[in-house]
Amino acid sequence: MTKTRASGRTVGGLRTLFLQAPAVTLLLLWMIVPLGMTLWFSFQYYNLLMPDMAGFAGVENYQYLLTDPALWKAMGNTLLLVGWVLAITVIGGTLLAVLFQQDFAGRGIARVLAISPFFVMPTVSALVWKNMMMHPSNGVLSWLFESVGLPALDWFSALPLTSIVIIVAWQWLPFALLILLTAMQSLDEDQVEAARMDGAGPVAIFFFITLPHLKRAISVVIMIEMIFLLTIFAEIFVTTSGGPGLATTNLAYLIYIRALLDFDVGTASAGGVIAIILANIVAIFLVRMVAKNLED
Amino acid sequence: MRLARHLPVTTLAAAIAISGHAQAQTEITVATVNNNDMVIMQSLTDAFEEAHPDITLDWVVLEENVLRQRMTTDIATGGGQFDVMTIGTYEVPIWAERGWLSPLDNLPDDYNEGDLLASVRDGLSLDGTLHALPFYAESSMMYYRKDLFENAGIEMSEQPTWEEVREWAGELHGSEDGLAGICLRGKPGWGENMAFLTTLVNTYGGRWFDEEWNPELNSEEWVSAIQFYVDLLNDYGPPGASSNGFNENLALFSRGNCAMWVDATSAAGKLFDENESDVADSLGFAPAPIAETPKGSHWLWSWALAIPASSEKQEAALEFITWATSEEYIELVGETQGWTSVPPGTRESTYANEQYTEAAPFADFVLNAIKETDPNDSTLKPNPYVGVQTVNIPEFQSIGTQVGQTIAAALTGDTTVEQALDNAQRATERTMQRAGYIER
Amino acid sequence: MTTLSSKTAAPRSASGWRSAQAKRAMITVLGWSVALVIFFPIFWMILTGFKTETAAIADPTLIFSPTLESYQAVQARSGYTRFALNSVAVAFGSTFFALLIAIPCAYAMAFLPTKRTKGTLLWMLSTKMLPSVGVLVPIYLIFRDVGLLDTRTGLIIVYTLMNLPIVVWMLYTFFKDMPKDILEAGRMDGASTLQEVCFLLLPLTLPGIASTGLLSVILSWNEAFWSLNLTTSSAAPLTAYIASFSSPEGLFWAKLSAASTMAIAPILILGWMTQKQMVRGLTFGAVK
Repeated sequence: MTKTRASGRTVGGLRTLFLQAPAVTLLLLWMIVPLGMTLWFSFQYYNLLMPDMAGFAGVENYQYLLTDPALWKAMGNTLLLVGWVLAITVIGGTLLAVLFQQDFAGRGIARVLAISPFFVMPTVSALVWKNMMMHPSNGVLSWLFESVGLPALDWFSALPLTSIVIIVAWQWLPFALLILLTAMQSLDEDQVEAARMDGAGPVAIFFFITLPHLKRAISVVIMIEMIFLLTIFAEIFVTTSGGPGLATTNLAYLIYIRALLDFDVGTASAGGVIAIILANIVAIFLVRMVAKNLED
Repeated sequence: MRLARHLPVTTLAAAIAISGHAQAQTEITVATVNNNDMVIMQSLTDAFEEAHPDITLDWVVLEENVLRQRMTTDIATGGGQFDVMTIGTYEVPIWAERGWLSPLDNLPDDYNEGDLLASVRDGLSLDGTLHALPFYAESSMMYYRKDLFENAGIEMSEQPTWEEVREWAGELHGSEDGLAGICLRGKPGWGENMAFLTTLVNTYGGRWFDEEWNPELNSEEWVSAIQFYVDLLNDYGPPGASSNGFNENLALFSRGNCAMWVDATSAAGKLFDENESDVADSLGFAPAPIAETPKGSHWLWSWALAIPASSEKQEAALEFITWATSEEYIELVGETQGWTSVPPGTRESTYANEQYTEAAPFADFVLNAIKETDPNDSTLKPNPYVGVQTVNIPEFQSIGTQVGQTIAAALTGDTTVEQALDNAQRATERTMQRAGYIER
Repeated sequence: MTTLSSKTAAPRSASGWRSAQAKRAMITVLGWSVALVIFFPIFWMILTGFKTETAAIADPTLIFSPTLESYQAVQARSGYTRFALNSVAVAFGSTFFALLIAIPCAYAMAFLPTKRTKGTLLWMLSTKMLPSVGVLVPIYLIFRDVGLLDTRTGLIIVYTLMNLPIVVWMLYTFFKDMPKDILEAGRMDGASTLQEVCFLLLPLTLPGIASTGLLSVILSWNEAFWSLNLTTSSAAPLTAYIASFSSPEGLFWAKLSAASTMAIAPILILGWMTQKQMVRGLTFGAVK
């Protein structure tokens, strides 16, 4: 059966529509219905604990939120958290991928061990780090510190954000490793060999052959991680509850305070709307930048 | 089509998902906290189901914060997911006022309502009607290590003051390896550090709000109380004090890492149990220390069982909560789990029981502490609110937690006490303005 | 450090051979130490689960007499099986539906792209950046009204939608790398779209689809916000199970470790067994 080019395109267009419809419609519903309700609530006085206080609030919820000094701190923390974790996992992941690409005894098992943290639920990993690693009196780290004569460090009060970054990075480093290791396997051995014949050292090979080859995989890592890191919640909830002070309050946690401590649905909704706007700004700039790398 | 290989698993999953539950019996869903006393209650499920063959219990046991957010969302939206909820003296009057809890005006005679301690019962009532039944109740007091005090030649006073406590803590701190002079709550949260700190501020003569609902968080009384607390813990507290809550301190004290500890009376049973505590034989008790005034120097809290108005199984739920808070239940626990494990502070009859008073020498002490507190008159200067260590208004959860956070920041040295309290004052003013208590 | 695999470092002399050996030994030591450091927290958790509570808080040691005490205590308190079955049902159920919906969508995007394809894809991904907690109350109200609270179906719906963007995007990258000629040839032979997808596309991209599915299973298994807030008891998965052990009550470290180990064991084992498969699948698509 042959089609003319023009009719083929129409058929294709229809088919595209038909095939994409379920996914797009569902996601639209998933976005639009709660989003619609969120938008609606964000202009209402709506506090679960105060049923009598209801009615149109105008922009008051937004005003209340935007004048909250905590908001800017929370945005800063969100960016710091995402930035640091991305930096650690991408750089660490690349170095680890290079290491685990080498042939050594028991490499298979070592690899499996190294990617394990990715399978652990965030709540559990936060609990383990809090109670068994970073605990000031029973933690393994404080024991290590003491055994080399250093004073035990009370991680979550002395270095709160750093502690969260360590936990989150520990969870996502294996993901970066997994993706980058995969990418590494399709590296052209002949090209490397040729470069070596030309007298390129290992460092040069890493920077001029390996790294450019990994560009696309790194973009994938950055994009997927960013989606998850922007809304990090469980790790903060379990360990520091956003403190001390506001030291580890990120945007997701701030909205949580409004929604589930104040039960102020109006303000929480306004926070949700602001988060969506931010997410789309990020999507437009960063994701698009990354997406360019994915074109080829 | 190799996709077929996935199918068995997923059809199975779908089948599980669709199959509902269809029992002839009434199944009630009980939401509770994972505190020790509730875990014992859960372990006695069989005893209840044997006595009530037509009712089965389905437990939802969650960590306190998760449980609270889960229950509040459900009850406020009328979700109807729970038949029995475990809530505290803070929630009961607020939720009862909104008509979310079934009034308990039809209690069976053999429940012996008059046996409940008056101050506890008042806390769970709205306009004289109970809306929840007390499971256990507690006040606060001071625990100390008799052996250490004797060795250092210190004599505990009848009613210790905070100045004395500071002196003693200084003398005892570090006198043994890993011994802290004093352990206090530092973990932020309205039910954690703020419960303790509010009693400290009370005894320094401060209050949360003046009679017009203006917050007084940066008043002189607050500043001196919080400054005292921060200095005390930084000089003589355990490492990591800012993340220690009730349970962490309990673990520290029972392992012998604290010379003194001011906290809930409900810890006494555990500390006195030789299987769980290394300091059982040298445990001493004293009233919570005071400073300017004894008023509000120790708190009153109870965990209680309530029935949401949205539950469709009111009768079965009532059967259960009257069982779990009854004299028989207390006896059952005493006989099966040992008398120190009995849920304390709810009934006069518990304290008239010789088996209990013999096993628990702290009994009278706790009874008096609970009886002495008056949530309606807890501060030196008059205030418009009910509550000793809480302010029983819906906004307090978030206010308390935020203030708790800023004070934790002062404790870790991120800010000074004055800065922290100024921040707390501003945040609280904002919340109170928004909620319409005060003009903006 | 070197980026060369050792087989290319051909030994030319005895000393060269020795240095190659030394290098290999060094890499072995380095690789294993890094792996062990990363794995240590998990290892420690598993170990602590077999200790008594008093041993759990004593100074760290590898020598102790193992006991199942904590596992028994944990099991006596809440039945593990019910939670685990819910986790399995929800993780696999949502993955199945996500794949079912995403495959046609990704197919259309890869083989019949329009001007708007890129935009749609990015928009889908951006929906994931909304913090869940911001929409909890709206979703809770909807679920209450349609009776989906505390049902596996409800959780499957949420997870399907939650993972859909990532699943579509990953499948899209796999499909896009398919040689077009094969499908073209199929179409010449008169294959319908459905046949084309079932007999050509799916078998050829199966490794990729499998890795995508695995990722979706892992993400659903580990999700802890919706599962805690939308379930009560009959649909509660393992994340709710953990939440009943997560706050300290006296000495709780060993019990917490035992419960955590049980909660992550199934997914960890699945991950270990399939990691080769996952790597193989990923090589086809996005990251090749």
